[in-house]
Amino acid sequence: MGYLDGFKVTFRQIFKPRVTVEYPEDKRPKPPRFHGRHVLNKYEDGMEKCIGCELCAGVCPAGCIYVRGADNPPGSPVSPGERYGFVYEINYLRCIHCDLCVEACPTEAITESKLFEFSFTNRQDAIYTKDELLVAEDGRPRQLPWEDWRPGDDEHTSAWVRATAPSGVAEYEGRVAWSGELGYGVRAPEQGQTADADT
Amino acid sequence: MTGDPLFQNGVDLAVILIVLVKVFITFAALLVGVLLMIWFERRVIADMQSRIGPNRAGPWGLLQPLADGIKVFFKEDLLPEKADRRVYRLAPYLSTIPAFAAFSVIPIGGSISIAGHRTLLQLADPPIGVLFLLAMSSIAVYGIMLAGWSSGSKYPLLGSVRASAQMVSYEAAMSLAVAGAVLAAGSLSTHDIVVSQAPWRWNLWQLGVVPFVIYLIAATAEVNRPPFDLVEAEQELVGGFFTEYAGVRFALFYLAEFMNTITVSAVAVTLFLGGPNGPRVPVIGAVSPVWFFVKLIAFLFVYVWLRATLPRFRYDQLMDLGWKRLIPLALYWLLLVAALQIGRQEGWNVGAVLAVAIGAGAVGWAALGAALRQSPHAAHELERSAGARI
Repeated sequence: MGYLDGFKVTFRQIFKPRVTVEYPEDKRPKPPRFHGRHVLNKYEDGMEKCIGCELCAGVCPAGCIYVRGADNPPGSPVSPGERYGFVYEINYLRCIHCDLCVEACPTEAITESKLFEFSFTNRQDAIYTKDELLVAEDGRPRQLPWEDWRPGDDEHTSAWVRATAPSGVAEYEGRVAWSGELGYGVRAPEQGQTADADT
Repeated sequence: MTGDPLFQNGVDLAVILIVLVKVFITFAALLVGVLLMIWFERRVIADMQSRIGPNRAGPWGLLQPLADGIKVFFKEDLLPEKADRRVYRLAPYLSTIPAFAAFSVIPIGGSISIAGHRTLLQLADPPIGVLFLLAMSSIAVYGIMLAGWSSGSKYPLLGSVRASAQMVSYEAAMSLAVAGAVLAAGSLSTHDIVVSQAPWRWNLWQLGVVPFVIYLIAATAEVNRPPFDLVEAEQELVGGFFTEYAGVRFALFYLAEFMNTITVSAVAVTLFLGGPNGPRVPVIGAVSPVWFFVKLIAFLFVYVWLRATLPRFRYDQLMDLGWKRLIPLALYWLLLVAALQIGRQEGWNVGAVLAVAIGAGAVGWAALGAALRQSPHAAHELERSAGARI
């Protein structure tokens, strides 16, 4: 048919499935190492992992993290060590989600979740403080009024760090060398990230 | 043969009212039709590109064009500093009004009776209907040309230069194709042309398919739709002749464009596909506008299909196709139809007429080929310089 073949192609397309994902209703599955908003993790006993060392703030290329450490109160320590993160703030108008803070963290206190749909309407809301970043009593991230989640979105809170921790050293890939988390215990290596997997 | 029966018993108030009502209905129906056409085009082209298309405003996104229209009406109406103010303001209307007017001679159905007055289901049936259509499509060129020229900006100017050349070139082929239908009916009145095609003597096969195909191609070029959308080639000319327009004036051009698409489709249905003629359906009843709209929508689908499929023509290809192929072919076919018509009246032998026609066609084709080949160097130079100028 020569010239007219193209018409056949376009006509056949009508009956083929659509590639469009109707976004707010349907969402694509996110990749395992997706960089979303941060969470501050806790140990299984409820102690905070953050020790207030400010390495994350130091490494942050965007300068979006503000941390101040303080000595643990002797009677009721917040973290297992000597000091804890007294103030922890991330400005999401600056954050570029590079994950360098996660790599720098010596205690896996800060990790990135897969949550990314937070459309705040003023600058003050863009600054997440410890109240918002710290996981709740059940170990799950707290949902803020302007964050759009689907059930299950909040389960992946520390995928990246479990893939290569500690400190991003590649030899640890697939080996459990990380501490447990509140609500989850010691998590297994991510599927597809283990040393013996065929990837 | 005498036009609308509405005016046979003189003109009184009722007649005037009926005419006004018809004007209003046509106007409103065309506006709604344009909105539906925009929606239809976007949905169908999305289907052909594995997308979904507008689906948020209203059921199936039906209200999307309305939302776009409301948005565009609230936008600022810009006037470029170097624009020729009066012409710049006038141009959108010059492009929109002929688009509206052209539709007025399209017969949508048979006739109906309102308050004792019989009237045709078409706004007007002037004895020069087809000429009126051609005139309106010629006036539309002015709208586009003046819009580009008065914008005081280079891309609109380029777009309008292309538009004038293209529309004037293809008008010749289109008129010759339309002339075939006029010849077959022996009348310029669109109503008579439709009547002469009833019930199955459609010009599509009465004239051979060639005039229909020529009309389809030329009309596509005439309304600047893909693959002949060089006038507004986004990749080359930003927006073409309406680059500098915004707000309501831009909306008017957009409206005119889609209305022209609907009108040329309606003309094609009228002249070649028998208009509202079609088999009687038990439920709907007699010859009804339903058939007209079915054919119209099928035709509009073809236009969208063309747009989804074909890449844009290069400018010299466009001119080649128009002047070296379509016009000679249309001219030849018109003469052939005329010869057969006369032959039938005079009782000539059809075989002899055909033999002479084919012989003459072969000679003409060879002569055309020789003329185009004669000085390849000169022709090449001409093409190059033309290409450089446009």
